[in-house]
Amino acid sequence: MKSRPSILPALFVLFLMIPVCWLIKMSFQSTAEIRSSFSLLPVQPTLANYLVIFSDSAWYLSYFNAIKYVTLNVALSLTVALPAAYAFSRYRFTGDRHLFFWFLVSRMIPPAILLVPFVQMFSDLGLIDTSVAVAVAHCLFNVPIAVWILEGFMSSIPRELDEAAAIDGYSKPQFLIKIMLPLIAPGIGVTAFFCFMFSWIELLLANGLTTIDMKPIGAVMGRAGGLLGGMQIGLLSAASVLTLIPGVLLVFFIRRHIARGLSLGQVK
Amino acid sequence: MISSVLPMMTVVNYSVQDVFAGDQFVWVGSRWFEQTLTSPEFYQSLSRSLSFSALVLLIEIPLGILIALKMPARGMLSNFYIVLMAVPLLTPWIVVGFIWKVLVDPVAGLIGVSTTALGFTYDLNNPVVAWATIIIMDVWHWTALVVLLCYAGLQSIPKEYYQAAAIDGASKWNTFRYVQYPKLKRVLLIALLLRFMDSFMIYTEPYVVTRGGPGVSTTFLSLDLVQTASIQFDLGEAGAISVIYFLIILAVCWSLFCVLRTDE
Repeated sequence: MKSRPSILPALFVLFLMIPVCWLIKMSFQSTAEIRSSFSLLPVQPTLANYLVIFSDSAWYLSYFNAIKYVTLNVALSLTVALPAAYAFSRYRFTGDRHLFFWFLVSRMIPPAILLVPFVQMFSDLGLIDTSVAVAVAHCLFNVPIAVWILEGFMSSIPRELDEAAAIDGYSKPQFLIKIMLPLIAPGIGVTAFFCFMFSWIELLLANGLTTIDMKPIGAVMGRAGGLLGGMQIGLLSAASVLTLIPGVLLVFFIRRHIARGLSLGQVK
Repeated sequence: MISSVLPMMTVVNYSVQDVFAGDQFVWVGSRWFEQTLTSPEFYQSLSRSLSFSALVLLIEIPLGILIALKMPARGMLSNFYIVLMAVPLLTPWIVVGFIWKVLVDPVAGLIGVSTTALGFTYDLNNPVVAWATIIIMDVWHWTALVVLLCYAGLQSIPKEYYQAAAIDGASKWNTFRYVQYPKLKRVLLIALLLRFMDSFMIYTEPYVVTRGGPGVSTTFLSLDLVQTASIQFDLGEAGAISVIYFLIILAVCWSLFCVLRTDE
């Protein structure tokens, strides 16, 4: 098609970046400075906000708590979704034409609805305030998406490969692990991206299912009070900047796979 | 799927009972449903939620498609855009709320100060301003998802299709309508469904920015529900609202699915 570069994407990215830059700017300012005067750049740049976070265990542990359950959730979602997606891509069931839709049904339940039942369920199991509880709860909306994306990728791998591998003496699980997985690596990368994304940004369940030790960083931010009273803007900005970092790293590593992966296996 | 069926059954169970002291259950049949379906507050928050989703989808989907069409096909620049566009997507809800709350602050925020300079005080107590803020915030947070999905969908169209369209002398619109749109259907479906679900369930952002106010003007269904379930602890009533809430989402998603389904 036409090769004239358009300014629209650049403008859009600019629109996306302005709030982020503002956040980074504020993270190097003291709250008093933010409150007292308006400036485009920090007048007296300070690392004090970051020092508070790195020296207070309530802050940095909550950061690791969030990373812990997100990682666990990504691992769990992929482990459950891979065999399921394989089955759905290779066998015919009644109702599998609408399969994708019925999968998404469990994602259609607002987390707000499930909070009370989840709290009771995990209390009975003695799992309240563990990363396992949050990771399992987040599977609720991540596994359907994971199965759906992976199914698209697996369906684009020809069945003949299964048959050839079976003749060569591969069992189904062996085939799945040794041949299928490397072939759909971009799909796994993108699935991990989606799971990470939805689990990382969610707070309602993560906050509701934890009490003291496993509070995620978002909850600690909320509790710091500044969010509502506007008291500690500098500190909260620094904490917010830190929450952006894992995502940026992840995207940076899988950037080449994203275009191929997000098209959900259509690219041959 | 068990992980969603079990809690959902608990909710259905609550919705037909009244709970005393946290552990005494009394069967009340459809009373909670009747109460919910006859309460004007419920319809008001429902229509706020539906309007919010409709507005957000009407802005984000066309904008997302347009930007995806204008993206450079490949190379360093498109990788650069992709990485930056993913940043809002990976920002926790609560942080998004915090960023925008500070941005529109009339003393310290870029937008708040700019509008003051233009002679208009940014006031979240004005319902129109509160709505605009939440909508722009959602556009900021999620349009990139539509862009990335559509961009990927466009990448999967072989060059030959465009050549064929060019030979037939197809206009830009016809190229979009007959070459690009059919290939985009699959990713558009997922973008639409995800965006509808998440915007209809939005909770944290309005909670942080406006706390449902001014008055109840940004009290969406989810805020209502959390209020009923966790603060008033009316599990029965919350159960009934939940079941209705879920059925509405299911119905809307099913209609979207039927309209956009690709029959293969």
